[in-house]
Amino acid sequence: MFRYIVRRLLQMVLTFFGATFVVYALMFANVDDPYQVLAGERSLTESQRTGLNARYHLDDGFFTQYWHYVKGLLTGDLGQSLTGRPISEMLSQAWPVTIRLALFAIVIAAVVAVGAGVLSGIRRGGAFDTVTLVLTLVVLAMPIVVLAPLAQLVFGIQLGWFPPTATRDANLYQLLLPALVLGTLVVATELRVTRSSVAENLRADYVRTARAKGLAPKRVIGVHVLRNSLIPVITLIGVDIGALMSGAVVTEGVFNIPGVGFNLFRGIRTEDGPLVVGFVSVLVIVFLVINLIVDLLYAVLDPRIRYE
Amino acid sequence: MPGKSQWKMAASAAAIALLAAGCSGSSSDDTEALPNSISIGILEPSSLVPSNSVEVNGSQVLAALFYPLVRFDAKNSPYPVAAQSIQHDKANRVWTIKLRPGFTFSNGEPVTSDNYIDAWNYGAYGPNAQAGSYFFKRIDGFADLQSEDPDGKGPQKAPEPKAKKLRGLKKVDNLTFKVTLSEDFAGWQSVISYDTFFPLPKAAFASDGVLNKDFGEAPIGNGPFKMKGKWVHDEKVVVEQVADFKGTVPKVAGITWKIYQDLNAQYADLVAGNLDVETKIPIENLGSASGDLGDRLAKTPSSAFGFVGFPVYEDKYKNPNVRRALSMAINREEMTDQVFLGAETPAKSFVSPRVKGARPNSCGEWCEYNPTRARQLYTSANGPRDIKITYNTDGGHKAWVDAMCNQIKASLGVNCTGVGLPKLRVLLDKVRAKEDVGLIRLGWTMDYPLMESYLGPLFTSDGSSNYYGYENSTFDSLVRQGSAAPTTTQAEKLWRDAEDILVKDMPVLPLRFGQNVFGYSERVTDVTMDLYQKVDIYTIDIAA
Repeated sequence: MFRYIVRRLLQMVLTFFGATFVVYALMFANVDDPYQVLAGERSLTESQRTGLNARYHLDDGFFTQYWHYVKGLLTGDLGQSLTGRPISEMLSQAWPVTIRLALFAIVIAAVVAVGAGVLSGIRRGGAFDTVTLVLTLVVLAMPIVVLAPLAQLVFGIQLGWFPPTATRDANLYQLLLPALVLGTLVVATELRVTRSSVAENLRADYVRTARAKGLAPKRVIGVHVLRNSLIPVITLIGVDIGALMSGAVVTEGVFNIPGVGFNLFRGIRTEDGPLVVGFVSVLVIVFLVINLIVDLLYAVLDPRIRYE
Repeated sequence: MPGKSQWKMAASAAAIALLAAGCSGSSSDDTEALPNSISIGILEPSSLVPSNSVEVNGSQVLAALFYPLVRFDAKNSPYPVAAQSIQHDKANRVWTIKLRPGFTFSNGEPVTSDNYIDAWNYGAYGPNAQAGSYFFKRIDGFADLQSEDPDGKGPQKAPEPKAKKLRGLKKVDNLTFKVTLSEDFAGWQSVISYDTFFPLPKAAFASDGVLNKDFGEAPIGNGPFKMKGKWVHDEKVVVEQVADFKGTVPKVAGITWKIYQDLNAQYADLVAGNLDVETKIPIENLGSASGDLGDRLAKTPSSAFGFVGFPVYEDKYKNPNVRRALSMAINREEMTDQVFLGAETPAKSFVSPRVKGARPNSCGEWCEYNPTRARQLYTSANGPRDIKITYNTDGGHKAWVDAMCNQIKASLGVNCTGVGLPKLRVLLDKVRAKEDVGLIRLGWTMDYPLMESYLGPLFTSDGSSNYYGYENSTFDSLVRQGSAAPTTTQAEKLWRDAEDILVKDMPVLPLRFGQNVFGYSERVTDVTMDLYQKVDIYTIDIAA
């Protein structure tokens, strides 16, 4: 197991550099005149352009720029975005609220998905099962660009149950509506995976044995079936956390939450190369670490799996 | 037992997750609790350093923190505010600015001419890369503060400029300084109203000519408000009243500028009562806005100018009759009514009629919708059978460009397509490379309320935004003569003559002049916005 972890960590380092290099190359190739967005409708003066070029080393060749970037990265300096703000500061301000939103959304989604999934799995074909499947189908079919503003309009403005926007220091109540909306992205798949996993395990031999032994149905399901059915779901949840952290672009935009997804979207739209590369580098690390944890967790949960 | 520990792990993981989500209580002191404080929605400013502020969001905040040299009355004539008097010599070349005594910055420093001179030198110095540095172009010596990169994008570094201070700025005494322009310009008094001309305290500079890195996070100004805390990026900027302000005292005691990423989110907060003023109601909500807000939805004119440029380097658009015909083929009123729901007004001139001396209908018959005459003129002038209108898709222009194309198709019977490019920059690159892009969608807002602010940069041969390549030496000389005229009235007459040439040549199709469409909550009253799309922070008041 230890050797496995070490091997994975080394692979992570390679993957990290490979991924950031690709992103860097793409942003470099795509960006020709990133200053236009700073100037708006008018064109930049020559002296402004010269000053900005000097500050961001944009006069140098591609590999020189990449070398500057890597040097900075290794010393912890992620550079400045084109608006002059240090990226590490932007990251430290954007991450906390995104993490909180993503975790909150995942907890809600997991509780709903596992709870409803187990019940559906037990009574397949029943009324509850059909209703939940239809509901998840509807939620899955509605794109989040429709769902988020609709939820904001109905629950935030018209009914007034929740505040329509959330700030960086939002408390749990303000984040509830965005978390619910964000959770809909993942609840449908988690529910179906739970359901099929439970249904499959109910037909296993050990369940037949447990029932034959005379164990109470609650114990059979609550202890034996659940433990085994949750293995695929938990790994799915782990991957979903990573996806939610970076993918909450629409939700963050609609509810005005200045998190990672929003900043990334803004950086891409304004062709702010340093910003995009800085945020994506950190996101790559987050994904890699989460994947490692999920894989290790899988080994912990299922004793049949052994890494070496 | 492995089973139990799994559940313990899962349970504790969920608990930690919830705890993490919940904790971080609002440590921010709620400024709404300050009595007599209002909240205004803005997008994230690009900079709060005055010489680097060329967009409306930063400008709004700076208008509260700083006190301008001049402001404009209802007719858009300048009158001195932070200045006591502004005098000029007969040639309009040497301007003597005398400051009103007794003003201080919010950190206690007195306002002196050095503060202005240091600030303007900083803004004008090329390597500081300040976005507003072109405002200082007219001051004598500006060219020496710029340096040219000898090989464009190549690796050679640009040489240091010849000078660090503007030759044309001279201190006379603590409250007086002289500005010498490189060319006579009667309208200079209007130009210095802009943000880039705000003074900077000595505390702003770490050393001579070097600005404090963090000055832009909490600027210290000479205005009626001062910063409360720092600029919390992507969230808010809080300002509170300065005690004993010597100038006009605003009615509210504090303003929270709430930063939104999206106008729709702002609108949601406005309707729910969490925000007091939204300066631009998004087009998607315009339909429901009058229902939601009632008489708290208001409109005032702004100086935004929407138009479409003709690529005069292309042969098929060289004949002015083709351009005039296209202008008559469009129904501007229908576009502003249907597509913009009245949020903009049709443009029948090349300069906003709000500007002193400008006429609302200089274009005359050539901008009136007349499809029959348009078709006659177009066919006799052999206009192209296929027209393209190129625009940048990230500006929300698709709807009206398609509408315009439909009008052209109906009036002239030719084919018309709208071509979307991802960004304005891509479009401008293509135009600079003289590619066949068809008509070019462009926009403009004025820097100062003079006709020259439209005519100069947009239509003179060396105009900074003259992308379409219009050249007319008579026009150029008329604009220059207007700038050099001894009084503004004479200048305006010459500029009107210049505009008449534009009507004859029609280098662009004037389409719309903008309006500020804004909404406010029940908490505030006396809300108005000026031509620069800024809320008037002096008149806004809490409703009784």
